[in-house]
Amino acid sequence: MIFKLSEEQELLKKTVRDFAESEIAPKAAEMDEKEEYDMTLWSKMAEMGLTGIPYPDDYDGAGMDNLSYAIAVEELSRVCGSSGVFVSAHTSLCAWPIYAFGTEDQKQKFLKPLSNGDKLGAMGLTEPAAGSDASSLKTTAVKEGNEYVLNGTKIFITNGYHAEIYVIFACTDRSKGTRGISAFIVEKGTPGFTFGKKEHKLGIRASSTYELVFENCRIPAENLLGDEGQGFKMVMMTLDGGRIGIAAQALGIAQGAYEQAVNYSKIREQFGKPISANQGLQWMLADMATQIEAARLLVYKAAYLKDNKQPFSKEAAMAKLFASETAMAVTTKAVQVFGGYGYTREYPVERMMRDAKITEIYEGTSEVQRIVIAANILK
Amino acid sequence: MKIVVCMKQTFDTEAKIAVDANGKINKQGVSLIMNPYDEFAVEEALKIKEKSSGEVTVVTVAGPEGQDALRQALAMGADKAVLVDPGMDEIDEFTTASILAKAISEMEYDVLLGGFRAIDDGSAQVAGRVAEILGIPVVNVVTKLEIADGKAVATSEIEGGSQTVEVALPAMFTAQKGLNEPRYPSMKGIMQAKKKPMEKKALGDLGLDAGQVAPKVKAISYFLPSARAAGKIIPGEPADAARDLVKALREEAKVV
Ligand SMILES: Cc1cc2nc3c(=O)[nH]c(=O)nc-3n(C[C@H](O)[C@H](O)[C@H](O)COP(=O)(O)OP(=O)(O)OC[C@H]3O[C@@H](n4cnc5c(N)ncnc54)[C@H](O)[C@@H]3O)c2cc1C
Repeated sequence: MIFKLSEEQELLKKTVRDFAESEIAPKAAEMDEKEEYDMTLWSKMAEMGLTGIPYPDDYDGAGMDNLSYAIAVEELSRVCGSSGVFVSAHTSLCAWPIYAFGTEDQKQKFLKPLSNGDKLGAMGLTEPAAGSDASSLKTTAVKEGNEYVLNGTKIFITNGYHAEIYVIFACTDRSKGTRGISAFIVEKGTPGFTFGKKEHKLGIRASSTYELVFENCRIPAENLLGDEGQGFKMVMMTLDGGRIGIAAQALGIAQGAYEQAVNYSKIREQFGKPISANQGLQWMLADMATQIEAARLLVYKAAYLKDNKQPFSKEAAMAKLFASETAMAVTTKAVQVFGGYGYTREYPVERMMRDAKITEIYEGTSEVQRIVIAANILK
Repeated sequence: MKIVVCMKQTFDTEAKIAVDANGKINKQGVSLIMNPYDEFAVEEALKIKEKSSGEVTVVTVAGPEGQDALRQALAMGADKAVLVDPGMDEIDEFTTASILAKAISEMEYDVLLGGFRAIDDGSAQVAGRVAEILGIPVVNVVTKLEIADGKAVATSEIEGGSQTVEVALPAMFTAQKGLNEPRYPSMKGIMQAKKKPMEKKALGDLGLDAGQVAPKVKAISYFLPSARAAGKIIPGEPADAARDLVKALREEAKVV
């Protein structure tokens, strides 16, 4: 076993860290406060090719592996959790199903602009009655001639409104249950497709979360992704990969909070010495460092398995479960290390703690990850 | 247009400097970066190339770890990299400049660039020395550079202002902050970097021997600045305190 990043991965890590620290970190608190992402950052990420890391050069991607992608999301999230999910939802949830299941024409038309960052992507699965149980979708897609007509509502959609390309899951044949779900590519601006409520959230407040409304929205039949009825399989496969992205986001948030805590513990003095001189605090930091390291190995291993075309569904679920629970534990401890200062918006750790929580919820709650893991080990 | 950039790898700007038991600067575990002024030089080289077409070669004198900084330059868009390993632990500006000049003399070049100083030793000598050895002009602390028709028009900082000079090529220019905004390596650039040539040379490959380039200056000792003394609060009524303060400034600090 070789625990060493390649030269390219090292350089990518350094580059993304430089970028995140210089360009994103100074804006993170303000974007959180305003509940709005600074889209000039997106243009900069596009210029650097952070918008299509794991896709081939033929589709304007960087042609890197999934481990590189995970490292990039980790580094972005280390300073700003919203930036991590921004890239992750775009790359894993929207671009990936098009890359994996799209026709050549669909890849040229949609994957290219997603990869090169001309367009931002989003994915709509969740509905009011379909959360953890994604099979109970109500949104329908009915074929009429050369078109599908979409009706229904999607909620909690990351990158909603800003995104121009959406992968939407809908029922084409309710009688077939999960085999009656299909995936579609829908462009912003299509008549009948509008945006509902914007969510106001606990954390990742700079990341937009919108309701999508489809009212007799007609899309060309050629925007069907894969075959009719394949949608649910696509959902499961897309989320397997997406979980690596969210696990990497959680890892980055934890790493950022941990570093803040270590630095602060060395400069804050009480009882005539730095607080880091107390064993009670040292043990807290030691536990944080250990949990993060374990999470990192799980995340990188899941990415490695995906890169090597080996089954990774269980490992991605484990990585997501452990990294997100680590993020919650570590950020909570980081606030503790900062004391009252940590509870205020003067310091970034309270934001990190708020950002961490969502990683235990989206792309499958921690309970759902345990269901996936159990199903794998008991089969 | 053939452009050669002299580049140095330095300690990270945030690195904690420590002197080890042998009185030498401790390099263990310190993260290394491309000298920030050299980043301006690489960026300028890429801009010139993008305007007029050409080729950018980046040269460094360093141990094998210097490859990381070269790889960054290649990922930013440079075409070739050359690393000359001096095989010596402690070198001075004479050593570095002699090796660089020899390596560059074997290449074609129209424009030479470098940072005006390195952030570690800050001596600001190497680029000037290289130009001197090669017998070409040097313009220092450049904040603006235009290349056209075999000449360069460069704006550089002088005490209290700036000057614009015209100089025939080939010439050396040293970059100052403000010259440009260095790009981040792109992800594609990082992937392409590994396919670009990176030559590793020893002194012998350049026809040099260690004696010829042996340092002329030897550091005798290194020490860190002494820790700053704590501030002093002068208590009392404003009038008394002010009188005590003036007294302290006169007699203790000796600044008035
Ligand atoms: C900020 C944000 C961004 C999001 N982005 C997207 C997006 O881009 N696209 C998208 O499609 N969706 C998105 N979602 C939706 C998200 O994936 C769902 O919220 C999530 O899957 C949980 O579904 P739910 O909210 O309906 O909770 P529910 O499914 O109602 O779950 C409620 C609780 O019950 C538990 N539970 C449910 N079933 C079981 C079970 N069988 N066993 C044990 N416990 C169970 C859950 O773990 C949870 O604790 C986003 C959500 C948020 C908040």
